[in-house]
Amino acid sequence: MKHAFETLVGDVRKALQTGEQFTLGYSAEQSQFVRFNHAKVRQAGTVNQAGAQLRLIRDGRQAEQQVTLSGDTQLDSQRLFTALEQLRQTLPLLAVDPYLRLDESAWHSHSQQEQPLPELSDVLTLLEREAGDLDLVGIYAAGPICRGFASSFGAFGWHQANSFNFDWSLFHENGEAVKANYAGQVWSADDFTARLRQAREQLGFLGRPAVTLKPGSYRAYLAPAAMDEIAGMLCWGGFSAQALATGNSALQRLYNGDARLSPLVSFTEQVSGSLSPAFSDEGSPRLDVPLIQQGEARQRLISARSAAEFELLANGADSYESPCALSLAAGSLPSEQILERLGTGLYISNLWYLNYSDLPAARMTGLTRFATFWVENGQIQGPVSTMRFDDSLYSLLGSQLEDLTLEREMILSTSTYGQRSTGSSHLPGALVKGLTLTL
Amino acid sequence: MFDTSALLRQRFAALRSTAELFSLRHVKQSHQALSVRRNVAEPPFFSQDEGAMLTVRVSGVEAYAATADLSQAGLQRALEQAEALARQIARYNLLDLREQPVTSARHDHISPNFDQPVPNLADCLGLLAAESASVPKDSRLVDWQASLGLSLVEQTYLNSAGAELRHAQRFLFPGLGVTASDGQDSQSRSLGRDNFGQQGGFEIIERCGLVGAARRVADEALQLLLAPNTPSGPRDLLLMPDQMMLQIHESIGHPLEMDRILGDERNYAGTSFVKAGDFGHLQYGSALLNVTFDPTIGEELASYSFDDDGTPASKQFLIRDGLLLRPLGGALSQFRSGLDGVANSRACGWNRAPIDRMANLNIEPGGQSLDQLVKGIEHGILMRTNRSWSIDDARNKFQFGCEWGQLIENGELKGIVKNPNYRGISAQFWRNLAAVGDSSTFQVLGTPNCGKGEPNQVVRVGHASPACVFRQIDVFGGDA
Repeated sequence: MKHAFETLVGDVRKALQTGEQFTLGYSAEQSQFVRFNHAKVRQAGTVNQAGAQLRLIRDGRQAEQQVTLSGDTQLDSQRLFTALEQLRQTLPLLAVDPYLRLDESAWHSHSQQEQPLPELSDVLTLLEREAGDLDLVGIYAAGPICRGFASSFGAFGWHQANSFNFDWSLFHENGEAVKANYAGQVWSADDFTARLRQAREQLGFLGRPAVTLKPGSYRAYLAPAAMDEIAGMLCWGGFSAQALATGNSALQRLYNGDARLSPLVSFTEQVSGSLSPAFSDEGSPRLDVPLIQQGEARQRLISARSAAEFELLANGADSYESPCALSLAAGSLPSEQILERLGTGLYISNLWYLNYSDLPAARMTGLTRFATFWVENGQIQGPVSTMRFDDSLYSLLGSQLEDLTLEREMILSTSTYGQRSTGSSHLPGALVKGLTLTL
Repeated sequence: MFDTSALLRQRFAALRSTAELFSLRHVKQSHQALSVRRNVAEPPFFSQDEGAMLTVRVSGVEAYAATADLSQAGLQRALEQAEALARQIARYNLLDLREQPVTSARHDHISPNFDQPVPNLADCLGLLAAESASVPKDSRLVDWQASLGLSLVEQTYLNSAGAELRHAQRFLFPGLGVTASDGQDSQSRSLGRDNFGQQGGFEIIERCGLVGAARRVADEALQLLLAPNTPSGPRDLLLMPDQMMLQIHESIGHPLEMDRILGDERNYAGTSFVKAGDFGHLQYGSALLNVTFDPTIGEELASYSFDDDGTPASKQFLIRDGLLLRPLGGALSQFRSGLDGVANSRACGWNRAPIDRMANLNIEPGGQSLDQLVKGIEHGILMRTNRSWSIDDARNKFQFGCEWGQLIENGELKGIVKNPNYRGISAQFWRNLAAVGDSSTFQVLGTPNCGKGEPNQVVRVGHASPACVFRQIDVFGGDA
């Protein structure tokens, strides 16, 4: 795929006219998708897709076109030439763009990982052996993913990796469920089996009589997967330079200095060591960016466009200024002491469908989902029916935060909207003194 | 229009397979996104996308392969991949589809005014720039944006039983948003955007009311910034259509999707509080509630003649006089469940397989004007324009928030309030439906952003609704 991309870059370069500059982004995947229901295959298929995003710049004006590629180099070059011509006709219709800023450095980046993936037949055989008696539902997604970037300034980036993401739930006959995931770049049948067996053991707790709670404030432990939902809300414009400058960030008061989080809280955009490409969709090398340190705001994510508009320095952020590898520093709570330190309260494995009930106040609502337990004196009593919470981040990760776990989980995004995501987060669990349940 | 049909027909006819059934679904989409933000045009974005999904049925097992290589060899290769996969998964497969009926229908469906030309890019940008420029100069108005999305979709479905189903659709998504901030609090008002889109031509801009709206929208954002918080407590709730669409979507649409009820979505989108045995028996709402799957309103986002599996689409009551009648289940779900459903098997593009989706899901108008609805409320609140949505995985416990609230006391509209939120439980909420607006309150709306499925898919869905009143709902405001 890299060769095909290089050919396209060369063809576009040759077609360029005097005074024109271009950037060319590339994204491709060959994916195997297998859905499961009741531990059987519900829907299976393969998707072979590739696309290029061509941006043409001339006389301070810019426009972009995304083109699906067929895999036939001649046809694909022709498609890019057609796109180039349409963009050429568009630019004179536009005013000069005052926020156009280009990374004119000729940076190079290359990452290629071709660890073999398992045969689907092996995965299916293993699944049948280990989970054939369970009510398993979920999806196995696997295959190579490529991202590329090149510019007329000589920048060139290539990222290619084989990866898999098996995301599943095991359902108890009473309707309760436990969720699990096995994802990465190096498949191990033993690791997958161990993860599956761990989920099977957790299923045993779900058979206990359900506990019904009334609205109120409860002591709670939020597992890393639940914290991932909260972190996901912050990624929704929270750290964005544009959102912060225009009143649309939930962290406005933190970045204004009018509010702070617990000193235990340090968030970083930790691209190095993650599975994300080392370059942004805008064509800049990504940087590790400290966002919040010891509860106080530090840097924000700044795209080239925001840098121009708000007179800031760009720091390798994507155009939408959302973290791709958010990391929250570990705390001091060892995992084996979670139940003991929780004492009496809620053990929440996952949260679901979060949204803001008051965005400027960073107040968010959402629900428990999958394996939420009521714990008394450090002992699991039984599963808790779905409950809604509504609380401010300044409470959950501020005044009410007691500790974060010593161990963290690397959570690889399961998102497949449009294409398989390369995003991830690295998060501890959180012990909070009070979580407000409302319904 | 359909300029690739002859070639596709020819290539499909030349495909070779031992499968008992195979199909090709070709999708060609183009999109143009224009936006003027704070009086500066954002770089225009265009996209061109084209590919095909080949689906096979081998001994009752189905599998697919999606490819953008539309050459004869590319299509044949994808067909063979799908066939090999069907054989590979046969031993582990959940469904035996040997007895599932197959369509052989032939039909073309075209959006209203599809051939009507739309203004060129410069004129569109001019329209957006003019709207942006009419936002008043006020230091508290920190962000505003006028936008226009335009999508063209052509799809051709061919199968080995002789079906040929084509549709050509054009969608417009006008939008306007303004944010006011005093440094501590921020309030936004919007028009269109995620709450409005229709099929057709440039008449949609007029129906949306975009032109000339910026000054009013900006003024409303400033009013909200100065307004008190929504008071807490039970009130009668008057929801306008641009919040009704979200209420319908989340607490009627998703729970009635048959694939959720059959368990396919339990790992991601979720399940449903509705059970298969509830159809024909469950009193979902008050006797005023009439909900239809209606693909016949031409301009509505998901109007079509056949769905993506080739099932003919027709208007059906899902809920009549409050009684639950049928699910949102396409041909496969109907085959699996034995229930009558609707033609709602849909895919977001050539690289995703059809599953049960919402399409046009509407509430039929009642008999009261907006004035009568307000007069019938002693202690209540009007809410309009969704801004926040959250509901549990069984689609029961919800909490929704709106941009705009206005208190109602003794049958009269009173002061503006900010951060209007409300929460409830779907299974009870619709039984509190106390009044339904007439056709003068009815609006055809929709959103391009309904997400679901593994692998994930986003589709366009339409919702048309009158204003509605619900008794004694738990209402509350924000922190600030």
